[in-house]
Amino acid sequence: MRLKQVRTMKSIPHKLASVLLLAGAWVGSAAHAVADLPGGPAVNQLNLHPPVTRIAEEQHFLHWMMLIICTVIFVGVFSVMFYSIWKHRKSQGAKSANFHESVTVEVVWTVIPFLIVIGMALPATKVLVAQKDTTNADLTIKTTGYQWKWGYDYLKGEGEGLSFISTLDSSHRAMSNSGNVANAPVDYLLKVDHPLVVPVGKKIRIITTANDVIHAFMVPAFGIKQDAIPGFVRDTWFRAEKVGDYYGQCAELCGKEHAYMPIHVKVLSAGDYSQWVQAEQKKAAAKLDDPAKVWKLDELVKRGEKVYAANCAACHQPNGKGAGPIKPLDGSAIVKDVDAVKQLQVVLGGAANGAMPAWKQLSDTDLAAVVSYTKNAWSNKTGQLVQPSAVVAQRGK
Amino acid sequence: MSAVLDHPATAGGHAGHEAHGHHHGPTGWRRWLFATNHKDIGTLYLLFAFTMLMVGGVLALLIRAELFQPGLQLVNPELFNQLTTMHGLIMVFGAIMPAFVGFANWMVPLQIGASDMAFARMNNFSFWLMIPAAMLLVGSFAMPGGAPAAGWTLYAPLTLQMGPSMDAGIFAMHILGASSIMGSINIIVTILNMRAPGMTLMKMPMFAWTWLITAYLLIAVMPVLAGAITMTLTDRHFGTSFFNPAGGGDPVMYQHIFWFFGHPEVYIMILPAFGIISQIVPAFARKKLFGYASMVYATSSIAILSFIVWAHHMFTTGMPVTGQLFFMYATMLISVPTAVKIFNWVATMWRGSMTFETPMLFAVGFIFVFTIGGFTGLILAMAPIDIQLQDTYYVVAHFHYVLVAGSLFALFAGVYYWIPKWTGVMYVERRGQIHFWWSLISFNITFFPMHFLGLAGMPRRYADYPMQFADFNAIASIGALGFGLAQVFFFVAVVWPCMRGNGAKAPQKPWDGAEGLEWEVPSPAPFHTFETPPKLDATATRVIG
Repeated sequence: MRLKQVRTMKSIPHKLASVLLLAGAWVGSAAHAVADLPGGPAVNQLNLHPPVTRIAEEQHFLHWMMLIICTVIFVGVFSVMFYSIWKHRKSQGAKSANFHESVTVEVVWTVIPFLIVIGMALPATKVLVAQKDTTNADLTIKTTGYQWKWGYDYLKGEGEGLSFISTLDSSHRAMSNSGNVANAPVDYLLKVDHPLVVPVGKKIRIITTANDVIHAFMVPAFGIKQDAIPGFVRDTWFRAEKVGDYYGQCAELCGKEHAYMPIHVKVLSAGDYSQWVQAEQKKAAAKLDDPAKVWKLDELVKRGEKVYAANCAACHQPNGKGAGPIKPLDGSAIVKDVDAVKQLQVVLGGAANGAMPAWKQLSDTDLAAVVSYTKNAWSNKTGQLVQPSAVVAQRGK
Repeated sequence: MSAVLDHPATAGGHAGHEAHGHHHGPTGWRRWLFATNHKDIGTLYLLFAFTMLMVGGVLALLIRAELFQPGLQLVNPELFNQLTTMHGLIMVFGAIMPAFVGFANWMVPLQIGASDMAFARMNNFSFWLMIPAAMLLVGSFAMPGGAPAAGWTLYAPLTLQMGPSMDAGIFAMHILGASSIMGSINIIVTILNMRAPGMTLMKMPMFAWTWLITAYLLIAVMPVLAGAITMTLTDRHFGTSFFNPAGGGDPVMYQHIFWFFGHPEVYIMILPAFGIISQIVPAFARKKLFGYASMVYATSSIAILSFIVWAHHMFTTGMPVTGQLFFMYATMLISVPTAVKIFNWVATMWRGSMTFETPMLFAVGFIFVFTIGGFTGLILAMAPIDIQLQDTYYVVAHFHYVLVAGSLFALFAGVYYWIPKWTGVMYVERRGQIHFWWSLISFNITFFPMHFLGLAGMPRRYADYPMQFADFNAIASIGALGFGLAQVFFFVAVVWPCMRGNGAKAPQKPWDGAEGLEWEVPSPAPFHTFETPPKLDATATRVIG
């Protein structure tokens, strides 16, 4: 670390020379200016991003409102001041007046700003309440900040179960280090390997958290920015009204690569989104075990033990005896039944009004493994084996 | 040699000093190390603050040089974060705050007719504590892993990842906090107990008033900062988990504690500036300050409100909607007393008989540019808009408008206003005007484009940025270089000649509209002033015997 430091310091003169060269190149190549990035920053953009959500639109309105009111007051007050500077100068022969107090005037210019401020606060309150309302989301996505990338987990809604990590394109990072951006693409520092994909016109709830330090999830076109705080969850929402690509960046200092963890949100039409979900799910499934595989008993039981420990033991206990209202599995007639259909029904669909939850999000192989495990653990030495194909068949019913 | 540096040696020559004969204070370096005279300590504070302004300025220029164009050319991202962090810490704790304490040391006893500060040795201690603290801060660049890089706000849990320099930084903050608290106690006791007979609180000059309020703010919040960074320290080394989520701690609690300190802190840096401006505007308008009482009440209201607005720095942490609403309303409310102050200054100018020497130029520049920062503050206070602008360059633009064009310009105004009193030498008016226009223009070139960058969503503390932001960044970098050079010019062409005693001799009262007891003593102010309490006229602005 220290060596690196010294190297950086030492190389400054050398780099200074190269920056001068580059600066020359920069001036020379002004004609080869980069273009606007739709959904991201425009060249020399002067205002907020073009809004793509109602909330962002409201923010635009509020900002214009504030800008106009403030400008009017500013011009008013300083016209008076500059008039006075122009008129009441000693060199113009001005003699100073003697007044220095007026309760009436003081009260007036305390009350008027107060009323103006109230007038500003009212529309802001409306927008604030709306942008904090994260209820009734169509799709819930958990966004996890890592040093230095974003993780996306589709928790609820279409695409549920999808999960991936989104990182900056490594060529951009290398280009940044090289210091030479003469050939930088239009999405320099904003291109990621796996963009977050969402459907248009749907209320998307973003739950943020972080793995290490605080990050912030920001998409200016949507009018959202929410800190991602380790150990805590926070949420925000947006409903994108136009398909397209929208860009943001991490907005809370999170260490050395803070500038290199962009956000790219791809908004698709409902149909395209469904197709994308199916393709992703297929890809995800392809990565998983082949449900057609025929397993041997001991392999499957071994795997099932792990699945049981991770998902079932909290209630049914590691010894399978259950506790209180939780049914025991050890010695259970359903578990020991030669026909596994009943048990699969319970595992896939839940029971006891959800006290036993549905576990359909687990993979076919995991479910087959855990069922096989319970059929052979403790005193249940049935020797029965449930293959993943049986789970697939049961899911189809 | 110089007017400032040689008081005791030449003291016999000063009028008003011969009454009690020869001065037996220490000379040479002992005079400064063992200084107990408020004027000497004030000078030390001001020189220290200017040195730190230069150090922090060099860090700022390195930042701007790196951001001159996209891509990393000069520094790596680790060093970049160290530069932004240390620039902030050094400017806030090393430059702006000590500069105002220097002003307080010089001017408060002179303005209230006191012979010195109440606790002369504690005064010495609070200054000399700053030296090791500054060395720890600047020296942290040489420590393994480099200087702290968690931002000047030192947010947890990023601070837990920092190297040993973080501990040095925490220690430095503790020392600076102790120094500030001692300085504040000194100022409060001096003002409350040592005013000349007839100098009632409501006749006191505005600068003394604003510092009295500021000193209370400091005593209230510096211990809070000390608590926050101590908890950071124990989280780092002693296994506690105040802010460490891995142990069940809450990183957001750090932010609440920090900003409970941090928001009053920004008023600590602006209230004395309001005081200086409130002295200068009437002096050059040749007319009494309009609404003196309402100025006092407005300053107090700002100070009180500053304790209930802290979480407007945290709108994006995901507070409940009621919390956001409360902090939005409370913050917007602060614009009311601030507006009253601006109106009062303008009313003071109205139908005055104005001249525009450099102090007045900086004062008018302050009012004009600070107000821009005030309005962007109001825009940021609005939570829905803040969601867009939080942690972008808009915030950077905003707080530089209030801290550079606000606090720093007021400090310059004060230097030009009082340097004849301090050194006995008039600065060269032309140079002051050059400094003003150079600073004002380069300041706006630097920081105005940052509003656009922020609106377009460029996050702050970024070592590299998308190509679309390139032009405004280049403009800002060029402006920053100009602004930095303007301050070198200020020292070389204005401060140094005055300190050396080169220039026209200053009269006792160089500004014909100026009022107050500091103009009742000769220029330069003798080493000892008001050793017996002066007898004041009814307005408490003239000595009558």
